[in-house]
Amino acid sequence: MARGGESRQWHRYTPRQRLVRFISYLLFVAVTVWALRSVDIFWPWLFDAPNAMGDLFGRMVPPDFSRWSDIVRALLETLNIATIATFFAILMALPVAYIAAQNTTPNKAFLWLGRFILVSSRSVNTLIWALLFVAIFGPGVLAGILAITFRSVGFLGKLLGEAIEEIDRNPVEAIEATGASRGKVILYAIVPQVVPTFFAVSILRWDINLRESTVLGLVGAGGIGLLLQGAIDTFQWQVVAAILLAIIVLVLLGEAISGWLRSKVI
Amino acid sequence: MLQITNLVKRYGSDEPVLKNLSLTVPERNVVSVIGASGAGKSTLLRCINRLVEPTSGDIELNGVNLTKLRGGQLRHARQRIGMIFQGFNLVERLTVMENVLSGRLGYVSFLRAAFRRFPQADIDRAFHFMERVGIAHYANKRADELSGGERQRVGVVRALMQEPEILLADEPTASLDPKTSEQIMALLRSLSEELSLPVLINIHNVTEAKAYTDRIVGMRYGRIIFDGAPTSLDEAAMDEIYAGTPVDDRAADQAAGRPLETVPS
Repeated sequence: MARGGESRQWHRYTPRQRLVRFISYLLFVAVTVWALRSVDIFWPWLFDAPNAMGDLFGRMVPPDFSRWSDIVRALLETLNIATIATFFAILMALPVAYIAAQNTTPNKAFLWLGRFILVSSRSVNTLIWALLFVAIFGPGVLAGILAITFRSVGFLGKLLGEAIEEIDRNPVEAIEATGASRGKVILYAIVPQVVPTFFAVSILRWDINLRESTVLGLVGAGGIGLLLQGAIDTFQWQVVAAILLAIIVLVLLGEAISGWLRSKVI
Repeated sequence: MLQITNLVKRYGSDEPVLKNLSLTVPERNVVSVIGASGAGKSTLLRCINRLVEPTSGDIELNGVNLTKLRGGQLRHARQRIGMIFQGFNLVERLTVMENVLSGRLGYVSFLRAAFRRFPQADIDRAFHFMERVGIAHYANKRADELSGGERQRVGVVRALMQEPEILLADEPTASLDPKTSEQIMALLRSLSEELSLPVLINIHNVTEAKAYTDRIVGMRYGRIIFDGAPTSLDEAAMDEIYAGTPVDDRAADQAAGRPLETVPS
């Protein structure tokens, strides 16, 4: 039909859009180059890395499991830190989630208090919490448990609060219409709706906490990290290898257990 | 007996949704409220149990003025007002029995409610009504496993568990297929007779309203413009109820110099 006439043009982007896209790519590359130049990497060490890796690997093989009983004890301690901390974090996060959710908070003041707790808990890394608590309570398991607890409250509280905000209003209205008090409305209309998220989020956090508690020892807050730090400091590379393998096994086990729990309760 | 006088509901500074509305429902009377969407039917029902706060006017149920109640007194009054919803409003993840027993929440202590230790009398009552409407064999099923008609039966039993003095039904059949919806209407009608309950039903289906209720109230933009027996609802009355737009009504109000009063039917 249109064979005799001019063929119609089509371009995905207008010239202006193409220009903007080109400039964005250019900026991205420029920022990356600038960032690399400003961090001051000592390049000879990077080029030497393959040698260093080979050397380290040579010193680590074969892993030395002669201190296996110490390793197992430290692993159990790590597991306990993660589990106890998750438990306390859940207890603390429940009321925080309740006051930090727009639809259940008693008033604006509580809403902001809840949000303040969530943000302050989440903006401080677990290791930094650990450093603080080691300074206050001295090195050991207690500092580790508190560090993990304080970091987890923000995570659990935020996700639970969001789950509360997303519930269906209608059952709440129906239970209110029966003349039930606030507490009973929470029990019958709100809790059943957030239970799946509650379990999913708690199990996920336990899984994360297990991994985080393996490094707590680096700042003296208990767990297998303490053993690892000691072995690195004394250049016992074969022991280091054994500990790293043990940590991998623990994390894999945690992954398997949390997956199994998820499939059971949800 | 339910007695509503000069009820006004206004959201913010907008045109009122209910304009000086008065209505009396005696005992054992099934009343259907019809009217176009936005006529204020739902707001009227929700003002009665104060899910919506009335702006002014009085609502009296068996001698108790509901509009003045606060806190515990309001909850106490709500215990005696059963409500049935268009979307059933069940707690989907709880069992049928838990949903049914939630009608007793106003009567039992927090701990009993938390541990599901309801008094035997409540459980007997629950089974009695579940058998009456044919859902007793679902007692331990989760509410979300039931069909629409069965869920609405759960909703009805939950309301009956409250030992209500009145039943409010907000478009109880709008989410159901025609056959199921007739069954629910028939159920509401016979329950009203068995339990001597006044029932107030918002409904879109005029045929069902005529078939299953004693009295029809027609609403249009916040006013009652028809109130009579189903037989007296003729074409002209229907046209008046469902015709017009809020803009026209407002213009007519201003022309007649009557911003806020009931149009006589």
